[in-house]
Amino acid sequence: MNSPAAMRTALGRVRGLGSAKNGTHHWWMQRVTSLALLPLTLWFVVSMIGLAGASYVETLLWIAAPFNAVLLLALIGLTFHHMAAGLQVVLEDYLRPESRRMFAVLAMKAVCALLALASAVAVIRIVAAA
Amino acid sequence: MTTPHDAREALMTGRRSDGTAVRRPLSPHLQVYDMMQMSSLSSILTRITGVAWSVGTLLLVWWLVAAASGEDAFAAAQWFMGSILGLLVLFGLTAAAWYHTLAGVRHLLWDWGFGFELPTMYSTGRMVFAGTAVLTVLTWILALIFWG
Repeated sequence: MNSPAAMRTALGRVRGLGSAKNGTHHWWMQRVTSLALLPLTLWFVVSMIGLAGASYVETLLWIAAPFNAVLLLALIGLTFHHMAAGLQVVLEDYLRPESRRMFAVLAMKAVCALLALASAVAVIRIVAAA
Repeated sequence: MTTPHDAREALMTGRRSDGTAVRRPLSPHLQVYDMMQMSSLSSILTRITGVAWSVGTLLLVWWLVAAASGEDAFAAAQWFMGSILGLLVLFGLTAAAWYHTLAGVRHLLWDWGFGFELPTMYSTGRMVFAGTAVLTVLTWILALIFWG
């Protein structure tokens, strides 16, 4: 009896169901963001070294340059995503009971989201003013 | 008896045959390990430097928001980061960032399936520590050259 169901692998049957849908999403995104942050952070550190001692106007012009503004926005988004994912694991490891843990994770994610938005709005404002 | 906050506490509390509550003795935990081993030390430092870097991102937010706010706010941020305390914080942040970055690369290599053998684990661990020292000093030599 060769029904299509019998031909399916065990993985095929569970894919898209339950934890098979997104069980590794958090772990995977931590790796993806870390990989993206490697060149971005290196670029940022080199840029900051170059900007050491720069005047206010020079700094604004550097941030407002399209290349720098785009990479800064990418850096902000990825940094706070990676940071929230990492801090979430730390809080989940050490906080009990469940209610306090959930509240702390939600509060931490709210702070990360607001810090990311504040940084992004600052970059966009500098670009718009230039 | 206190209200249990953690499901695991069900295993740690019990009753004597006369009905009185008792907290069962726990087996030794972290204190049985030598925390200066390469494996445990490099692991916990990855977490500590990650948390430190998270706090350090406040400087990035401050710097960007100050730059967008105006010359006075920017001057205040510049002043702090150029002060002794600011430079110490930035230096510590540089070291934490390099450690977390190199330890992160080590983690990515593990994810790739490389470096699980104990001798390799020890040598990559030593490379992370040495790399952190070299890259932190190099970063600041370059920063001071450009600043000067």
